[in-house]
Amino acid sequence: MENEVILKIENLSKQYRLGVIGTGTISHDFNRFIAKIRGKEDPFLKIGEKNVRNTKGKSEYVWALKDLNLEVKRGEVLGIIGKNGAGKSTLLKILSKVTSPTTGIIKSKGRIASLLEVGTGFHPEMTGRENIFLNGAILGMTKKEIQSKLDEIISFSGCERYIDTPVKRYSSGMTVRLAFAVAAHLEPDILIVDEVLAVGDVEFQKKAIGKMQDISKEEGRTVLFVSHNLSSVKSLCSKSIVLENGMIVKSGSVEDCIEEYTKIAKKSIGEEMKFINHTKDIEFLSKKLLVKKKAVSEKTIMFLGDDIEINISFKTLEEILNLSFAFDVINVNEELVAHFTNEDSGLLFPKTEKNTEVNLKIKTDPILFIPGNYALNLWVGVNNREVLFEIKNLLSFNLEKGSLSKRSTKIPKHSKMFLPSKWSSNIS
Amino acid sequence: MKKDIWLFEISPKKKLIDLNLKEVWRYKDLLLLFVKRDVITKYKQTVLGPLWYIIQPLFTSIIFTLIFNNIANIPTNSIPPFLFNLAGITAWNYFKDCLTETSDTFKKNESIFGKVYFPRVIMPISVVVSNLLKFSIQILIFFCFYIYFLISGLNVIFNINIIFFPVLVISMGLLGLGLGMIISSMVTKYRDLTFLIGFGVQLLMYLSAVVYPVSVAIDKMKNYPIAVNIIKYNPMTTVIESFRKIVFFEGEIHFFDVFYMMSVSLIIFFIGLIIFNKTEKNFIDTI
Repeated sequence: MENEVILKIENLSKQYRLGVIGTGTISHDFNRFIAKIRGKEDPFLKIGEKNVRNTKGKSEYVWALKDLNLEVKRGEVLGIIGKNGAGKSTLLKILSKVTSPTTGIIKSKGRIASLLEVGTGFHPEMTGRENIFLNGAILGMTKKEIQSKLDEIISFSGCERYIDTPVKRYSSGMTVRLAFAVAAHLEPDILIVDEVLAVGDVEFQKKAIGKMQDISKEEGRTVLFVSHNLSSVKSLCSKSIVLENGMIVKSGSVEDCIEEYTKIAKKSIGEEMKFINHTKDIEFLSKKLLVKKKAVSEKTIMFLGDDIEINISFKTLEEILNLSFAFDVINVNEELVAHFTNEDSGLLFPKTEKNTEVNLKIKTDPILFIPGNYALNLWVGVNNREVLFEIKNLLSFNLEKGSLSKRSTKIPKHSKMFLPSKWSSNIS
Repeated sequence: MKKDIWLFEISPKKKLIDLNLKEVWRYKDLLLLFVKRDVITKYKQTVLGPLWYIIQPLFTSIIFTLIFNNIANIPTNSIPPFLFNLAGITAWNYFKDCLTETSDTFKKNESIFGKVYFPRVIMPISVVVSNLLKFSIQILIFFCFYIYFLISGLNVIFNINIIFFPVLVISMGLLGLGLGMIISSMVTKYRDLTFLIGFGVQLLMYLSAVVYPVSVAIDKMKNYPIAVNIIKYNPMTTVIESFRKIVFFEGEIHFFDVFYMMSVSLIIFFIGLIIFNKTEKNFIDTI
């Protein structure tokens, strides 16, 4: 019983069509139809290539998933990690039967339910109680099942007082709590969880994670957990897989997978500098990057406590009001680590005439992030809202410990920042 | 090791006819809850509420009577024109509502369908069922006027035709549902059809003998055999005519007509079901 395979995925692939659907669909459909009649393979299945998001492909068909094979055993908590666009959501969509695979087969011995649909089908005009029934039924429960768990659901959600009030009067937090309460009482054999835990207040998040642990540990259910948050994968999962470009690149212990994922993520952070969203209003002229007053290239190694100086020039092609600049520092998990703007320093550009050269000189204080890989992105806009253009990976740097910390071990990755401290002792 | 027994499989291939009726049955509670939701929420925050069920057919009949009977002089035999039109519109409305409301099933429910699985066919079926309520209210209104006209001297005999009434309602439901499912499946790929449906339904109404007796149309349009054939073989014509035969007893309902109407409805319903089933697997990628 313990080692029984509950979910088996064989050669699963999913193809998507890129671009605008509309022109050419009738002719493609017609070609497919002819091929079918003549007993041949679908002509559009042959083309299609690996799903690499940031390189332009030749074909308009891509494989979001390609030849996936996976076995999940009963009671296992499987963490699925991967970059954005690696195929995680597609896999979940196929598992929850929202869309069907292009080729391959999934065999399951139990009911699958997923928490990606928190609040699906909630109708704002109906009361909380009515919505519990509707939502429960959408998720596959019978009226009897819901009735028997109604009290439990209501008390778990913490919305007793408002249960007979239309949901449109609820705060967004309350709606989510109610929805999660319904989903948590589903009792499926296989539960799919997709980073829903980012909602709600801290108290509720704890409750939700606790409920998930109960489901897997005490009730012996299988959980598929999708997350970017490596620390929660580490604490919850017993096994893991890493997806990249629609393929499983690693499967096994959680530690191995996290290591593999970090490698992949590092690769992506060293990508070339990229301009996004050119407009006719402003033009990028030149830039110069300095670390500790020494000029560096776009990819560099620096040490804890170093500062960065950015000299960057633009030319306005139109008159711009309230020009604003913002820098984002992103880590390998694509989390925003720091954000700083011209407004922070009090420098404003209320009105910039046409054909003016704007030379900016930005110098940061010593950088005290946790050692690792980071990328610096620049965002140029108007009124802090309207985007004029962005420069991704203006600078990508590998931050190393250096001389600021003399410890022999690594600084723990899950700490948020490094705080320099002065120590003295008086031992007598 | 013994062979594994799987509870279910997810695979791309699907047989042409693959209706999982057992699964639909398992979700019957959901069907009822959708019906309840539709009924509860339809007229929330309107001033007149369900009164709209009454106002709409009433005013339509008045306008039709003014235009088609007073200006265009379409004869309605011995039946008061207002009652004649109200009968036609009441029956037509049920079909129309079923058709138009099911025809955007996929588009309207994209957000639900994109997140969670349940037999999609539950959605259009729930529409057809919840429209029954509206239909029965409108039938009630019709009978109020009917009784008023009876008292003021309209001469009808209660007749055997009444036994066909449930068949008519089922036929309308199936026809509306079937066409609606076909259109909603096509709309996921070809949005053009949304434009067609609005005026298509309007045109179909004029070809379904809602505002005139079939005998008059056949008589007056001798020179346009195509139009006459469309009217004659349109199953909705049979539905509307039969409904009027029930309430006004303008002659026997022929068994063959009912058989023909029911067959067409069933065929369209099954075609709709098959296409709908084929679409539901992948529509989320194209919509």
